[in-house]
Amino acid sequence: MNSAYGRLPRKEDARLVRGLGTFTDDIALPGMLHGAILRSPLAHARICSLDTTAAEAHPRVRAVITGATLAERQLAWMPTLSRDVQAVLATDKVRFQGQEVAFVVAEDGYAARDALELIDVEYEPLPVVADATRALDPDAPVIRDDLAGQRDNHIFDWSAGDQAATDAVFAAADVIVSQDMLYPRSHPAPLETCGIVADLDPVSGKLTLWTTSQAPHAHRTMYALLAGLPEHKIRIISPDIGGGFGNKVPLYPGYLCAVVGSMLTGQPVKWVEDRSENLMSTAFARDYHMHGEIAATRDGRILGLRARVLADHGAFNGSAQPTKFPAGFFHIFTGSYDLQAACCEVTGVYTNKAPGGVAYSCSFRIAEGVYLVERMVDLLAAELGLDPAGLRMRNLIRPEQFPYTCPTGWEYDSGDYPRALQLALDMAGYDALRREQAEKRARGEHMGIGLSCFTEGVGAGPRKHMDILGLGMADGADLRVHPTGTAVLGISCQTQGQGHETTFAQLVAEELGLSPADVEVVHGDTDRTPFGLGTYGSRSTPVSGAAAVVAARKVRERARIVAAAMLEAAPEDLEWASGRWQVRGDPEQGRTIAEIAMAAHSGLDLPAGVDGHLDAGTVYNPPNLTYPYGAYICVVDLDPGTGEVTVRRFVAVDDCGVRINPMIVEGQVHGGLADGVGMALMQAITYDTQGNCLAGSFMDYLLPTSVECPSWELGETVTPCPHHPVGAKGVGESATVGSPPAVVNAVMDALRPFGVRHADMPLTPANVWSAMQGRPLRTDLAD
Amino acid sequence: MQITVTVNGTGYTRDVEPRLLLIHFLRDELRLTGSHWGCDTSNCGACVVWLDGTPVKSCTVLAAMADGRQVRTVEGLAAAGRLDPVQQGFAECHGLQCGFCTPGMMMTARWLLDHNPRPTAAEVREALSGQLCRCTGYENIVRSVLWAAALVRGDAPLDPPPKPEEAM
Repeated sequence: MNSAYGRLPRKEDARLVRGLGTFTDDIALPGMLHGAILRSPLAHARICSLDTTAAEAHPRVRAVITGATLAERQLAWMPTLSRDVQAVLATDKVRFQGQEVAFVVAEDGYAARDALELIDVEYEPLPVVADATRALDPDAPVIRDDLAGQRDNHIFDWSAGDQAATDAVFAAADVIVSQDMLYPRSHPAPLETCGIVADLDPVSGKLTLWTTSQAPHAHRTMYALLAGLPEHKIRIISPDIGGGFGNKVPLYPGYLCAVVGSMLTGQPVKWVEDRSENLMSTAFARDYHMHGEIAATRDGRILGLRARVLADHGAFNGSAQPTKFPAGFFHIFTGSYDLQAACCEVTGVYTNKAPGGVAYSCSFRIAEGVYLVERMVDLLAAELGLDPAGLRMRNLIRPEQFPYTCPTGWEYDSGDYPRALQLALDMAGYDALRREQAEKRARGEHMGIGLSCFTEGVGAGPRKHMDILGLGMADGADLRVHPTGTAVLGISCQTQGQGHETTFAQLVAEELGLSPADVEVVHGDTDRTPFGLGTYGSRSTPVSGAAAVVAARKVRERARIVAAAMLEAAPEDLEWASGRWQVRGDPEQGRTIAEIAMAAHSGLDLPAGVDGHLDAGTVYNPPNLTYPYGAYICVVDLDPGTGEVTVRRFVAVDDCGVRINPMIVEGQVHGGLADGVGMALMQAITYDTQGNCLAGSFMDYLLPTSVECPSWELGETVTPCPHHPVGAKGVGESATVGSPPAVVNAVMDALRPFGVRHADMPLTPANVWSAMQGRPLRTDLAD
Repeated sequence: MQITVTVNGTGYTRDVEPRLLLIHFLRDELRLTGSHWGCDTSNCGACVVWLDGTPVKSCTVLAAMADGRQVRTVEGLAAAGRLDPVQQGFAECHGLQCGFCTPGMMMTARWLLDHNPRPTAAEVREALSGQLCRCTGYENIVRSVLWAAALVRGDAPLDPPPKPEEAM
């Protein structure tokens, strides 16, 4: 009985609905200065000269920082999350449009921008690699000539699975279907852009950073390693964050420049990027050119899957994922199906495009893997003349196969996939939809029905296998219980809207028989919280949530000993029932946590092993990922005259194990479904052949609004996670990962009468109309 | 230049640069940071405030254009310490996650309900279609506005969210 779980309204909302949240740009310190970045207009060019004289003479400018300024301090380059280096401010060349070239510190933001106009940079343009498929051509210009020994644009080759076994399965198969597909470059575009206020106290040497960070503790360590500052003199405060979705995981050059600006001026420096800077220079996502092959028997038994991927990582390899996984968790790409064999190969390349690579709620590239397999299964269904729902149902991993080890080695923890798919089919009224579609086609009207069955692995990670720059992916929790029985929980993960102040209070309250109102959650301040790797990859509940529960259970066990002393009983004679410790067989004799906490702080003679107080802390190192899954069905209507697609319905059945706060879970699913509609139909970061970014504002990078989104229809099944202390799994990215293929499959289903087999996202009206003419658009590159 | 702007009923006189945007005047000069800046191109609506009773995107209005006029921001939604029904609705129906778009959404929603106390879900979606939310997929924002409308009318709120005690 989970009495503290449920649809509890959020604690966060009291301040946020009053406009009283504190976001980074809301911070104003006495004497605070403002930074602005001069950025490259060119995608690839040598810097011939850089003259800041006029900018420095501006009456309201306090400092102008260039790559040369930083080079004097060995800060011109910084390590990325993929063990590459990235220019903080360019010293030799610029390698993508929007790259950071100089940083102005001025008395106000307008003056800082004015001064950017006064900086004179002379560039010598160089040939541009904007097309990832040409990056490894022998005559391609070498982008990363800063790296010793780098003679081409190749970053890595990586593979997973058993190639020989897969080849054998393909050789014996009745049917092989293959398809090239692009998961285009996307950008998470949180509504709040990235920013920082850097304040170096010249007397104490303490550096305080208010910043948009999804991983404040990891950032603190990175600043210490990077700038040579003692780590205990660095305090990172992540205040309210206006959405992250992965965009706020890396360190950005602007952050470092603000820190240096504060060092140089002795005053706090604020830097907040504008929307174009956010879209053109910070962590993008996807950009995977994929070739998929699926093998099956004639009667629809899927046997094997192969994938070859060309991964466009941009000008610096800033991809953010566990270090041992250069393609993230893409190789969980066999998805929800029971296959005999699978293998994949990924090649990463540099291009003259913005750096980054893993962002936008993709669960470390499971988004790309799910898209590939769900498209391939649909193409196979078309090839075999089978219904895509029936083909999926036949090949899903069965409940009795769990724990299930997939062909590339992931151990799926729990699931009942057929039940989720059947529920989705029932909710959608699938058979009736197919009848309606047939009737409409007979009348020349076009609707499409698309399915997606996804499986994710979230909650990195077991730290033996998963680290970021050597930091194992574990999270801490500190729980203090005050004498009157209220509690303060310190956590290392960082909400960006996920409602941790509420959910984590519910977790602790449930373990201790408290009300969630009596548990305060502290986060986002490295001086007040235990170390941990932060929030991304849907890891808060799987890792940090587990840490909170383990800490609460430690408190409870300590309380048992104190209660035993209070009740003059042996601890083993007590049982935890109805939210308190009571004597087994004599429920009248019991003590609540509040009563026990007061006693634990009193002069009560405590038994050995209890020092007084109930406080406890822990570090949780997850034994495995958690594997949430779901079954999605999208219904679209297509206007054949314009190519416009309308999402009429979207049914989403999610299983994320035990739901602590179902209201928050459903909200996260809603948001991810909107992401899916956006990626499938609207959003892409496209470049032209000269490397100009064609999606540098919300005028060009189209995000879904309330009128592009249908009213979502949600369903749920609950299959508890066997290794999480309360049976919960992560959910934050499930819908973003699972929904794009459902939308694309629906559009392709609508386009079948036109003989269209595949077109890449985004399926804009122009792209759909072109596909109907037999020539779908290339969506990564424009002439 | 000197301007006088009445914000949430209080008059403020300030010397400002002619180019100063209204959103920056509110946030940086008056320190009313509830209205947010999100895009510069009038696409996201995080900066929506009322100017003489009409919602505007304050990132594309000059502070000077507000001289002698009335501005209402999210800080002026609650009256006499009581939350506006729209604010209540957003909290009740989980109409916000990160909270960054929320002030702008609520200002537009308040204007809608003042002019159409009985909107349909489609009318709510249309009214909010000039604003972006990256977290909620809009579903619960629409519910929040319908909930507020029902509360004001004294109707039983449509499709009420379960009360916490029922869910427990």
